[in-house]
Amino acid sequence: MSRIRPLAVAVLSLAWLAAGAPGRAGAETTLRVVMHSDLKIVDPIWTTAYIVRNHGYMVYDTLFAMDAKGEIRPQMVDRYDVSGDKLTYTLTLRDGLVWHDGKPVTAEDCVASIKRWAAKDSMGQKLAGFVKEFQVVNAKTFKILLKEPTGLVLGALGKPSSNVPFMMPRRVAETDANTQISDFTGSGPFVFKKEEWKAGDKAVYVKFDKYKPRAEAPSGLAGGKVVKVDRVEWKWIPDHQSAVNALLAGEIDYIESAPHDLLPVLKQDVNVKLVDYNPLGNQYTFRFNTLHKPFDNAKIRQAVFYAFNQEDFLKAVVGDSAYYKTCKSFFPCGSPMASTKGMDGLLESNFEKSKALLKEAGYDGTPVVLMQSTDLAVLTNLAPVAKSLLERGGFKVDMVSMDWQTLVARRAKRDPPAAGGWNAFLTGWVAADILNPVMMGFMNASCEKAMFGWPCDQEIESLREQFARETNPARQKAIAEAAQMRETLYPTHIPLGQWYQPISTRKNVDGIMTAPVPVFWNVTKK
Amino acid sequence: MLSYVGRRLLATIPVMAVVAVVVFSLLRLTAGDPAAIIAGDNATSQQVAEIRAKLGLERPIAQQFVIWLGNVLRGDFGESFFFKKQVSELILDRVEPTLALSVCTIVLTVATAVPLGVLAAWKRGTWIDRGVMGLSVLGFSVPVFVIGYALIYLFAISLAWLPVQGYQRLREGVGGFLEHLILPSLTLAAIYVALIARITRASVLEVINADHVRTARAKGLAEMPVLLRHVLRNAAVPIVTVIGLGVALLIGGVVVTESVYSIPGLGRLTVDAVLARDYPTVQAVILLFSMVYVLLNLLVDLTYTVLDPRIRY
Repeated sequence: MSRIRPLAVAVLSLAWLAAGAPGRAGAETTLRVVMHSDLKIVDPIWTTAYIVRNHGYMVYDTLFAMDAKGEIRPQMVDRYDVSGDKLTYTLTLRDGLVWHDGKPVTAEDCVASIKRWAAKDSMGQKLAGFVKEFQVVNAKTFKILLKEPTGLVLGALGKPSSNVPFMMPRRVAETDANTQISDFTGSGPFVFKKEEWKAGDKAVYVKFDKYKPRAEAPSGLAGGKVVKVDRVEWKWIPDHQSAVNALLAGEIDYIESAPHDLLPVLKQDVNVKLVDYNPLGNQYTFRFNTLHKPFDNAKIRQAVFYAFNQEDFLKAVVGDSAYYKTCKSFFPCGSPMASTKGMDGLLESNFEKSKALLKEAGYDGTPVVLMQSTDLAVLTNLAPVAKSLLERGGFKVDMVSMDWQTLVARRAKRDPPAAGGWNAFLTGWVAADILNPVMMGFMNASCEKAMFGWPCDQEIESLREQFARETNPARQKAIAEAAQMRETLYPTHIPLGQWYQPISTRKNVDGIMTAPVPVFWNVTKK
Repeated sequence: MLSYVGRRLLATIPVMAVVAVVVFSLLRLTAGDPAAIIAGDNATSQQVAEIRAKLGLERPIAQQFVIWLGNVLRGDFGESFFFKKQVSELILDRVEPTLALSVCTIVLTVATAVPLGVLAAWKRGTWIDRGVMGLSVLGFSVPVFVIGYALIYLFAISLAWLPVQGYQRLREGVGGFLEHLILPSLTLAAIYVALIARITRASVLEVINADHVRTARAKGLAEMPVLLRHVLRNAAVPIVTVIGLGVALLIGGVVVTESVYSIPGLGRLTVDAVLARDYPTVQAVILLFSMVYVLLNLLVDLTYTVLDPRIRY
């Protein structure tokens, strides 16, 4: 043994010397990043996956964008005019916008891009219902002619999250919306290096030298997108512990979403800092399937509102109260539509009231088939808490555990629970996706056309339609509150509080934008 | 001999056919829908249905199987649902890291385990024997990922001698290539060193007191030639069998090791493809692994004839 140890040390030392200082390669201005997922698909219109949306913000630009205050600002657009009857929007592009291949961005490109996006995105489809036609005036100007006024135009074109209306060259945007694009030319601040992209390993972006940022300071997703690093590498490290180890060792500079239970390890390291970039955060949600017993009865769904409380869910998953807050609002607290109207007495674990409602509704003890996702740390502990609270509130619960991808497939089934269907599951939403009744997918109560769960309520749909037509922000807020109040009587889902995911970086990384999406302009690495 | 090899190679055809049917059926029976995964969490049922139709998943399963099998027989494994690349291209891209890790692990394992096993048998009952066997039990019992994290903590974080994760291709420099392979290979080798050292010890013990060994010693041969020429060679058949099995088992080991060390090899590709229900990729990778397994068994059988002249096919 005494001979083996020096030999092992010698072998390791030789390998180290042969390699030079290990793991320290790369230019100073290369930002090495671990995102929340691997980039496998690169068409941000084809899928709603957040990692593809984040890729979209690197490569493409938008006509409008949401600033840090939640207001929609022109981005590629230089100026826009709305006619007196609010039926014509005239948009003029900024000077000097070019695609990554050097060709100028034209109005025709933008019209084609809007059409492709509107064919896929639910808010885009809603907007398309109001559009009479698009008119290209000249190379830089186009008009959107509406059949009737709507307050959706700017909000939809400046939509911050999936699907984002990214602008693409006409030749790319004319690809069928159900076919993935294969030409990744954008006009955004970074160029995607297709030849260096290896799904399952890394995606590479380099600074686009000809990008013309707006003159204003960056704010949220709006303002001047000034790139301050030469290259950004999205390195895929699937194991959270390995990613944290790599950050501690200085092999990477940035982790988008380290699990909350590993944050104390990162906090202790003097070379690492945590950055709260998304002040609105995320919302946990309990989703009903309204097709089958017992949740086909609205009164039984109301009982769940009484049985639940948000704190138990947030504690069980996030743990540290610095990263969560209770929020008795369907719309994210801190956003313009947030309100507690109609929520008095709800979400306080009043089990007696829950049992009374169940009795009143004639609940016959049909077990709730509750799907639990076991492979995503941010979701796993939600279902056991829901099971416990539901049982204390008088329900019978059959919790079924599965991986997230199985859950995703099963939730699309409309069959009864006994035939492979389901009654409820829990998930999370990025706050930027649920800012108003039209954006909020789970509030869509259009029966068969609604998202899985298929709620069917004329009143909610009428309020969503009113919201889409309304152009006055104060009246929009009143409609959103009315929709929330209707939700307490006809629950489609239950909000379970907000939580926050800090970005973890090395100390030499600065300039991370406060925005609903992690973006890489303005970021510096010293 | 050649006819034996030919017969064994022909026998792989029904084996591969059974594997193809089982893999195809299992994937279709497994819960999960690639279209729903591709569409993303916010997608509507209509969007999912459109993608399903685009991928050809609306067709009857039997029809899908016939189309796939026809393509495989022509050497076309299809296009990955997710990566939008030919599966063969995807696999070729991932072969190098897995091959490098496997070869490095096998070399390390054989170079360590066989001498340790012989040493333990030679010094039977002493503290060396007990020490080697103790370490062997430990190596066999501790999960691969625990060994991985412990080595990372010591050599990459505390001492900062080696990188925590990643892989550098050989063409990008030998230094970086080796540097990125040391910890993963040590991690993966731990379990195989333990297994092969124990088998080597047991096999050597069966031979070490045999008549021909005693005769060799009586003739005045030094201990080292006795061990190498008369003991180890006669104990080699079971050792080679276990090494062969170990190489086949490496397929499972690389999955965990590649995840812990973030190595973009075939193990990671398999896990990603299974989680994403990327049917064409999973089917092709499992067919490949099965083929490797069958060929390794054949290679082990052929090695017996070299080690023991009494064995003839």
